[in-house]
Amino acid sequence: MSTKYQKILREYVKKDAVNFGIGDTVKVQVKIPDAEKAGAFRLQAYSGVVISLKGEGNSANITVRRVAFGQGVERIFPLNSPLVDSVTVERRGSVRRAKLYYLRDKVGKGARIQEASRN
Amino acid sequence: MSGIIGKKLGMTQVYDDKGRLVPVTVIEAGPCPVLETRTQAKNGYSALQLGFGAKKVKNVTKAVLGHLAKTGNDKTPPAFIREIRLTADASVAPGAVVTVESFKDFGFVDVQGMTKGRGFMGVVRRYRFRGGRASHGGGWIRRPGSSGMREWPGRVLAGKRYPGHMGAVTRTVQNLQIVQVRTEENVLLVKGAVPGHRNGLVIVRKAIKK
Repeated sequence: MSTKYQKILREYVKKDAVNFGIGDTVKVQVKIPDAEKAGAFRLQAYSGVVISLKGEGNSANITVRRVAFGQGVERIFPLNSPLVDSVTVERRGSVRRAKLYYLRDKVGKGARIQEASRN
Repeated sequence: MSGIIGKKLGMTQVYDDKGRLVPVTVIEAGPCPVLETRTQAKNGYSALQLGFGAKKVKNVTKAVLGHLAKTGNDKTPPAFIREIRLTADASVAPGAVVTVESFKDFGFVDVQGMTKGRGFMGVVRRYRFRGGRASHGGGWIRRPGSSGMREWPGRVLAGKRYPGHMGAVTRTVQNLQIVQVRTEENVLLVKGAVPGHRNGLVIVRKAIKK
C-alpha cells in the first residue's frame, strides 16, 4: 500500500479514542448541532455498556447499550466522528466475550456485569 | 483542462462538514505532462496527450524517447501515455503540466477504468439468471436453460446471453462527486466506487452530464 494512501487512512483517527474495553460502562458526549445557530452545538450525554467494538482505524465504531425506562436502547457511535466529543469510562467491566449480544436476552440480575478487580 | 490520468489507491471513509460519513475512493492523479496536442486543423479532433507515472529510461524504446524529447520528458519517461479528448482545441501547449489543481471547480467527474477480471463465469453470476430449484428433485441448478425456439428460427439469436469471460473491460462511472482535492499530494477523493482493482489506471474527466 502506498504511504500516501495509508496517511489518508489514518487521518481521521483520534489517537486517544479507545481507552476502554468491552463490558465497560462509558459515557459518550455527543455533539448536537444547534438548529438556529450554524456552527454551534450542545453536548448530550449517553451512558451505557459497550457491547461491541467493530472496525478499525477510520471506521471503528462501538455499540453502547443501556436500559432506559425499562426499554433496551442501543446506539452505535463511530469513534472518529467529529460529532462524538468524548468517550469516558465510568466503570470497568470484567467479561469473557468480545461481543455482549447475550445481554439483549437478559433482564434484571442476569444483565449485570462484574466489575473488573483492577483497571 | 478536462481530464487527468491517475491511479486508484483504494477506498476509505471521510467525514464531511456536518459529521456525515462519506464513502470515497482515493485516486492519485497527475502531475501529468502534456506531451502533445491534437488540433482540429492538424488532426481533425481536439485532444491532449498526457503522461503519467514513471518508468526507467532503459525500459523505454528509442522511438518513444524521441517523442518525449520534444517536451523534455525523455529523462523522466512516463509509465502511461493516454489521450484525453476535448471539445475544443486546448489552450495549453506541449510541455505544460496538468495537476489535480484544475479539478477544484469541477464538482462532478466521470471516472474510467478497467473492471476487475472475473474469469469464465456462468450465467447466474454473469447475467443474474435465476437458475433452477435446489430442492424437489431440481437437477437443473445454475444452468442457462433453453437457448431459443424451434424449427423457426432454427438458430440461436445473436446476443444470447451465455457463460463466458466476465470483467476486465473498460467502464466509466459517471457523475461522481469530488469530495476533496489535495494539491500537495496530487490526490483526489471521489465519492463512491470506481472501476478496477487497487493501483489500477483510471482516467478522470469532468462530468459530461453535469
